[in-house]
Amino acid sequence: METKIKYYLQIADNALILSHRLSEYCSRAPFLEEDLANTNVALDLIGLAEAVYEEVARMEGKGRIGDNIAYLRKENEYVNSILVEQPNEDFAHIMARQFYTDAFHFYFFTELCNSKDEFLQAIAHKSLKEVTYHLRRSSEWIIRLGKGTEEAKQRTQTAIDKLWKYTPAFFIESKADVQMLKNEVGVDLHTVYNQWKQKVSEVLYLAHLKIPTSDFLIKGGKEGVHSEYLGYILAEMQFLPNKYPDAVW
Amino acid sequence: MSTTDTQGELWEVFIQSKAGQPFKHAGAIHAYDREMAIENARDTYTRRGEGTGLWVVKSKHIVSVQPNEEGYFFDPANDKVYRHPTFYDMPEGVKNM
Repeated sequence: METKIKYYLQIADNALILSHRLSEYCSRAPFLEEDLANTNVALDLIGLAEAVYEEVARMEGKGRIGDNIAYLRKENEYVNSILVEQPNEDFAHIMARQFYTDAFHFYFFTELCNSKDEFLQAIAHKSLKEVTYHLRRSSEWIIRLGKGTEEAKQRTQTAIDKLWKYTPAFFIESKADVQMLKNEVGVDLHTVYNQWKQKVSEVLYLAHLKIPTSDFLIKGGKEGVHSEYLGYILAEMQFLPNKYPDAVW
Repeated sequence: MSTTDTQGELWEVFIQSKAGQPFKHAGAIHAYDREMAIENARDTYTRRGEGTGLWVVKSKHIVSVQPNEEGYFFDPANDKVYRHPTFYDMPEGVKNM
């Protein structure tokens, strides 16, 4: 049960933390339509996270609710990949982070549709619809930026290169990944990685951008080891439930 | 003081609420290209299941009647009752006329 909960949390924490980063950007996009589009993605992700946290609360049977699990854990109990907590440096970084994550989500949820776990199978089908759109949007932005002005191209290449080193965090198998794959609940991350790599290469090619070749790779996240940024995110997210433990929506 | 619009071109958005229904004008959005236009239209106007079809067209490509032409374009229809389909009995069950 504990392993299964860990597996659920890997899915939910990625969605929650990326959603938080996108929410920080609300009202700061270059123009109104883009602002709406970004917050739409944030809302899709928070919906995904919420459904999974509620299910975790139900599974553990300790009388907690989804919010308790989303907001009241310690930093090393969060198991999101280290990529999604990276800050909103500029629009190119936001889109590169989104693109890498959307491509991962797309192939991950495609595989998860075959899970023997009924809840995960249902959530995979539902999320796949949303994620298909997210991936289309972020792929097109990467292509548009890559083929845009000299500055756009250069900033996007910088973001693609800089965030590349965090991408293995999605694919390195945690103990929960190994166990859940054995139980036919989880997905084979090697398969997901190969498809992800293919898609990323395709889009970068179309965008006239270079595929990063750096082999300096950082693998944190799933085992609770994070970059310096997650602590600040949690401080902000946890301020309210800490100060007003009984607050309701 | 003049401000330059750097948000891309203006596009008009049309939404079809159900298959078979006419597309209705919903509003306008900014976008730099076709893909972005259809996505911005989707994100701005159809997030709550408003439509099953979506058209976008550059605002500059829409030909419209100028205000000073309104008179001779629209007024002559008013005094000819036979131009209005009020002499037919509508069959029961026809909803979209």
